[in-house]
Amino acid sequence: MRMPTPDPDILARRSAVAARLRAVLPEDAVIDASEELVAYECDALSAYRCPPLAVVLPRSTAEVASALRVCWEEGVPVVPRGSGTSLAGGALPTADSVILGVARLNRVLETSLEDRVIRVQTGVTNISVTQAVQSDGFFYAPDPSSQLACAIAGNIAMNSGGAHCLKYGVTTNNLLGVTFVTMQGEVMEIGGAHLDAPGLDLLGVICGSEGQLGVVTEATLRILAAPEGARPILFGFETSAVAGACVADIIRAGVIPVALEFMDGPAIRVCEEFAQAGYPLNAGALLIVEVEGSPAEIDDQLARIRAIAAGHAPLAVREAATPEEAAAIWLGRKSAFGAMGQISDYMCLDGTIPVGALPEVLSRIEALSAQYGLGVANIFHAGDGNMHPLIMFDANKPGDLEKCEAFGADILRLCVEVGGCLTGEHGVGVEKRELMTAQFTADDMTAQMAVKDVFDPKWLLNPGKVFPLATVEGHRMAAE
Amino acid sequence: MSLAEALAPASEAEAAEAVRDGGPFEIVGGGARLALGRPVEAAPLSTLRLDAVTLYEPQALTLVAGAGARLDAIEAMLAAEGQRLPFEPMDPRPLLGSDGPLTLGGVAATNASGPRRIQAGACRDSLIGVRLVDGRGTVLKNGGRVMKNVTGYDLVKLMCGAYGVLGLLTEVAFKLQPIPETSATLVLRGLDEARAIAALSMALGSPFDVTGAAHAAGETLARIEGFEASVAYRAAELRKALAAFGEAEIVMDDPARWAAVRDATPLAGAQGAVWRLSLRPSDGPKAVAALREAGAAQDALYDWGGGLVWLLTPEDGDAGAAAIRAEVSRRGGHATLFRAGQATRRAVAPFHPEPAPVAALSAGLRAKFDPAGKLNPGRMAP
Repeated sequence: MRMPTPDPDILARRSAVAARLRAVLPEDAVIDASEELVAYECDALSAYRCPPLAVVLPRSTAEVASALRVCWEEGVPVVPRGSGTSLAGGALPTADSVILGVARLNRVLETSLEDRVIRVQTGVTNISVTQAVQSDGFFYAPDPSSQLACAIAGNIAMNSGGAHCLKYGVTTNNLLGVTFVTMQGEVMEIGGAHLDAPGLDLLGVICGSEGQLGVVTEATLRILAAPEGARPILFGFETSAVAGACVADIIRAGVIPVALEFMDGPAIRVCEEFAQAGYPLNAGALLIVEVEGSPAEIDDQLARIRAIAAGHAPLAVREAATPEEAAAIWLGRKSAFGAMGQISDYMCLDGTIPVGALPEVLSRIEALSAQYGLGVANIFHAGDGNMHPLIMFDANKPGDLEKCEAFGADILRLCVEVGGCLTGEHGVGVEKRELMTAQFTADDMTAQMAVKDVFDPKWLLNPGKVFPLATVEGHRMAAE
Repeated sequence: MSLAEALAPASEAEAAEAVRDGGPFEIVGGGARLALGRPVEAAPLSTLRLDAVTLYEPQALTLVAGAGARLDAIEAMLAAEGQRLPFEPMDPRPLLGSDGPLTLGGVAATNASGPRRIQAGACRDSLIGVRLVDGRGTVLKNGGRVMKNVTGYDLVKLMCGAYGVLGLLTEVAFKLQPIPETSATLVLRGLDEARAIAALSMALGSPFDVTGAAHAAGETLARIEGFEASVAYRAAELRKALAAFGEAEIVMDDPARWAAVRDATPLAGAQGAVWRLSLRPSDGPKAVAALREAGAAQDALYDWGGGLVWLLTPEDGDAGAAAIRAEVSRRGGHATLFRAGQATRRAVAPFHPEPAPVAALSAGLRAKFDPAGKLNPGRMAP
């Protein structure tokens, strides 16, 4: 995969740039020894690696602004980095870029239960936000599966989702305000502890801009009162089409579960072998449905859902009677990626489709699987249409990764063709950059790039992400 | 020129051509919101003929329709399937004394959100896709029809609440929600404003999923929605939890009461300017008390648990702008002049002035999307 060509002039000025950064930052906040830079050469899309020019690890907004100002003056690209858990290569450096890591911005600044907000520095992990308020009966809703490790900064950059977004929304719906530093080193407050914008919704476009508009150092997040309890139920169905019809009926009946997870036959078998969660191996598809409330409310909702599922001849029904049984139902689903990793290298995609298109999309993925000769298992946030096909390949076999990427690209084009999109929660990054033309016209992309022109006129922030390289080059050339 | 004679393109392509070849325009749906923001001096361009329902899939909770689609017709269509727009769009007509039909485009362009904003999100949170014509006459799309979409930058949010200054919306896509079986409203009486907001904070901090939290005309209201048995249980539990604030009356299914909160109708008949303050909820009553002390506030109505204050002020001089903005800015919030005469809306910036670096970004975006100032010129900023 091509990345922007490093500027030889910047490479030649490495020590001068590092010296200027050291002049404005504490000694231990600047890393430029090559053996230490290796730790920053990739994120969770580890097939692609490139050590950066240098790394800065500021401890305050003022230090972030100082570092950015130096890079702006030096014309050096900057790659913002949270915890480096991006599956899309969102934090992949170029050789001439400075990584700006927010790991040391790790304090909770204010918690207000009466206003239902928390203010954090953005290097804190996603889980630590909930941990800060859970003893008071509150939680932070977005829960990406990397939540133990991923940073709020990365969640904001990618507009991360999670299993519970059907009811609670994704990051952008739970983010109220940010301290934002532009590439020029200008610091501003956007939003706050209130619920809407005074003018244009800049916060809305900053969230999900993949670190290309500025660096978010602090965030005000909505916290919600936790429900009294939650309980899952598991159904096995003969085919994916039957499971899909059941999902549609649940939603039509006015029941909005907090989670509605789908697994196809191959995913069931891989997860069961790994986790021994007691999943029905004879089923062609499985649904895990979780509802919330008091015990009586949960009973009532689950009764409604059971009645709907009964109309689709389930092969298996398992309702959790105890917390242990609930954990067992979730165990297989939550260990899906680990289970897959045990048996094969795999690539995980996250295209979204209209939920009604599920049967068609699954049968076409099956046909593509046969055509490419690569296995695929499907996991799916069924309520919101966010697919997670896991394509299996052998990284040691020459040509297999390329074949896998071509298969993945076909699946994502298929998602767009049926009315969906390339990415529902992982972001475009470098991974899906060149596929943007499948979803957007040249004009659509020009409009998005115009936003970048306003925020980052020299295009120094997070180069090589989101837009096809040739499209960016054309846009930049036309501007000059 | 009257609205009846307005240029009214019948298709997105015609709308694009109109913008490319003409302008500047004042974008008009049904005309109900023309008195919002700074007055615009330009020929009207109507979206009313862009009113087709492109797609409605109840099983996917998804609606896509033209910007000119009438809100009442859409709501009736959704209700027939037991569904609705989640964010309870505000109807500005009682307050503004305007008429004409509300349109989906007008709702999206003004991010018009009602009491349920605290639980189901604002209009901007339900808006999942837009098509639009920018100031050059270029047709653009962003987002789509699926609920989870992080492909490229989120221009949907940017367009929502942009009052048309970045583009003429031609089509909008919304995420929907089921209409619950029933609802209950807890009514507490006789609380002063600070105590009322404290009660609402307690309600919103409870696990009982409150979907409305308001204080108006001496009544403090908390709404619960859902299946019948669940609503009965949660209303009773919440009543116990709020016992320290008095004995709440429980009123079943009372849409009129919530429509009055949504539209701030208690202030509709009163003379004067109406401001819309957006604040940290616990700051709501503090700001109002300070403004009353300074003589810059009369009646106040609280929604969003205290975070949204509708404030009546005398419409003389700057209609209280300097005092209100100083008080609200000090608390990190903002204030919009929602209702005032044309002269006042010319003299006083209706939208809260932004700090210079933020204002520069907003101006930069307006210049990119509408370089010649063809779309609602001056509506948000001169």
